[in-house]
This record gives sequence, structure tokens and C-alpha cells, in this order.
Amino acid sequence: MSEETYDWVRLLQENRDDVLARWTEIVRGSLAGRMSATESSHDLREVLDALLAGQGSTDVRSPSYDGLRSLLAELSRTRARQGFTPTETAVSVFALKEAVLGLLQASGDLRGYRAFADLSGLVDELGLFMVETYSATRETVIAEQAESLLELSTPVVKLWDGIVALPLVGTLDSARTQVVMEALLQALVDTGSEHAIIDITGVAAVDTQVAQHLLKTVQAARLLGAECIISGIRPQIAQTVVALGIEFGDIQTKANLSDAMLLALRRSGLDVVKSGRGRG
Amino acid sequence: MTSSTTEPTTYAVAADADVVRVRQAVRDLAVQAKFSLVDQTKLVTATSELARNTLVYGGGGEALVALLDKAGRPGIEIWFRDEGPGIPDLDLALTDGWTSGGGMGLGLSGAKRLVDEFEVDTAPDRGTRVRIVKWRR
Repeated sequence: MSEETYDWVRLLQENRDDVLARWTEIVRGSLAGRMSATESSHDLREVLDALLAGQGSTDVRSPSYDGLRSLLAELSRTRARQGFTPTETAVSVFALKEAVLGLLQASGDLRGYRAFADLSGLVDELGLFMVETYSATRETVIAEQAESLLELSTPVVKLWDGIVALPLVGTLDSARTQVVMEALLQALVDTGSEHAIIDITGVAAVDTQVAQHLLKTVQAARLLGAECIISGIRPQIAQTVVALGIEFGDIQTKANLSDAMLLALRRSGLDVVKSGRGRG
Repeated sequence: MTSSTTEPTTYAVAADADVVRVRQAVRDLAVQAKFSLVDQTKLVTATSELARNTLVYGGGGEALVALLDKAGRPGIEIWFRDEGPGIPDLDLALTDGWTSGGGMGLGLSGAKRLVDEFEVDTAPDRGTRVRIVKWRR
């Protein structure tokens, strides 16, 4: 092939410093000072060298681009973590096209345009690869946040000596129930509590899965010698649970948290009395 | 005469999070149609049961949610569709307390009690289609 005498690898090699300078300039402009000049020029030099190492292959997945792919993946991951947009991420490679085109226009080198067309396709693929890596990383970040929310949303609070409460809010899925159950059982052991109140005021809907999870949690607490009271059952939830046919058996339930707390206090041999009026 | 007043919206049911999404969409629609709080909760709970069945037993599928209108009375219709193994014995599956999985065995029968209309079309290896409707009282 005649093009082999002047392909984009040669084009880039012959103009390496010029291309790199133009490239760095464009990338820096698009990132608007969010990345230092030395940092980006160092990154881009590495990318350019890895690109040249592929010896003109146009297949992004070829083994000769292993180094390039891992460099770009690393770059994409870093940008995703730092909160850059997908555009700000992919521009790192797309800007190479602009840099080379600018060079060709300046030199008026017609041979270079054919080489540029080949390079252009490859750069597009590399850009897509970066966006893919970027999205995957963002999804990991979101999953991590969901995970930490899971733990945040299950605080076990001590109401009184021997009485802990677990206010549940939102959706009770299997993953969350597991966290909730562990948190409650651990709190029962840590505080030596014999009463636990599970408050479901903030749970939007109680379906059979949620009910089953609640029942299992109560059973597990019983094995530790603790009694659970389920509170915060709103009228519409009560009607739905009855229509579904769910039975809570001998588990004590209360309409609100304060009733449940009073019950737990009385079970512990305590009572709440108005001062000055004596017991009763 | 029943006529759909909205084009059904299709929701994929492929993960736990999708069950929550369908449920929220149904709740929004029930609020919009001015369902009572009890009826909202009943419909949302039935949706939760059936969407989870689609996911767990049907291996995933989709839910189609539409707003109906029968002589000025709004209703919500939901279809659950999967291409899973189907239900070999529907009468047995509708028996309280019977489960082929690890559930309480109340999902299908309970959901039926929570809505006004309930139809199941299923056969082994043909997947399952469940249609429910709840009308505003």
C-alpha cells in the first residue's frame, strides 16, 4: 500500500513536539484551569507514545494497544472520580484530531490528509472507549453511595436503659433488611437490651416481602432473648396487611412509637407518672 | 364501556430497584387519579407483590401501567408480563400459604384481594401475564 510510506504514525513521529504542544493547549483550554499544565502535558505525552507504540493498527482492541487502553482507562477513571463531565474526559483524545488538523493546515501538507482520515477513525474509537470507562466508573461511584446510604439510614437509637429503637424509613429490600437486622442484633448485644421497637412509620408499603423480613428480624432478636414491638402501623397499612392475609402472630404491634415505648417501659417494670400526683 | 385514557407506560422489571420504580410510578398515578390513601396503598402493595413475582419467578419482564376511565370514574390498569416458566397449577398458586419459592405464599392470592379485577394468563413454558385493575371508589 502506497499510504504506508506516509501514514499517521510517521506524521505524528515527525511532528511529535508540535502536535503535543497544540494538543496540550486545546485540552487545557477545554478543562479551564482544572488541570495543571504539567499534569496534562505529562498525561498526553504518555498517551501519544502509547498510541505510536501500536504501529498504526486501527483496531482499538488489538494487543499492541494494551498500554494505551490502560492509560486511557486510568485517565477516565480519575476524571470520573474528580467529577469531570464525559465531554471533558473524552476531549483528551478528541483534541488530538484538532491538533493534527491545525498542524496540517499550517504546513499545507496534502499527503497528511489521508493519514489524518485514518487517525481520525481510531481517535473516535478511543474516545468512545474513554466514555465507556467513564460511565462504568460513575456507576461504581453511585453504587458506593447507595451502599453508604444503606448504612446511614439504619441508626439504632437507645430510648432507655434496656430499650432500643430502630426507625425504618423508605424501602425495605433484601439488602437493606440484612443491614437493618445486623445493626439491630448488634445493638441488642452491645447495650444488653431486652426490648427493641421497630418503627415502620416511614415505610411506604408493607408487602409480603417486607413483612417476612420483619418477622425474621423479630425471630432473630428473640433468639438473643429480646422482645420486639412493631410500631408506626398506619391505618392504610393495617388494612392492606389484613387484605394480604399477613399475620403477625404473637408479635406486639402498636400504632405509634410512644405507645410502644410505654409498653416496653412497663415490661421492664417501669412506669411513667405525672410528678406530684403519685403512682397510678 | 372501558376506554384507555392514557397510552400505557412500560417499565422494565429486571432488578429490585425496578420493582421500586414501578411501585412509585403507580403511586404517582393513584395520587393523580385521587385514589383514597387506603386504595393507593392497596394498589401499590399489589403492584409490589406482582412485580416481585415477575422478577423472582418469571426471571424478569415488564409492567405496563395505564389510566382508565369508565364513565368518568378513573381506574388504574397494570399488566405484568414475563417469559418465564409459567405457573403449572394456578389454583394451587392462588392458595394462601403455598409458595414455590421462599416467600410467605400470600403474594398472588393477597394481590388478588387488594384489587378489583384480577386475571392471570399462564401456562408452562409460555410465561405469565397478570392484569389487575383498581377503580376509584
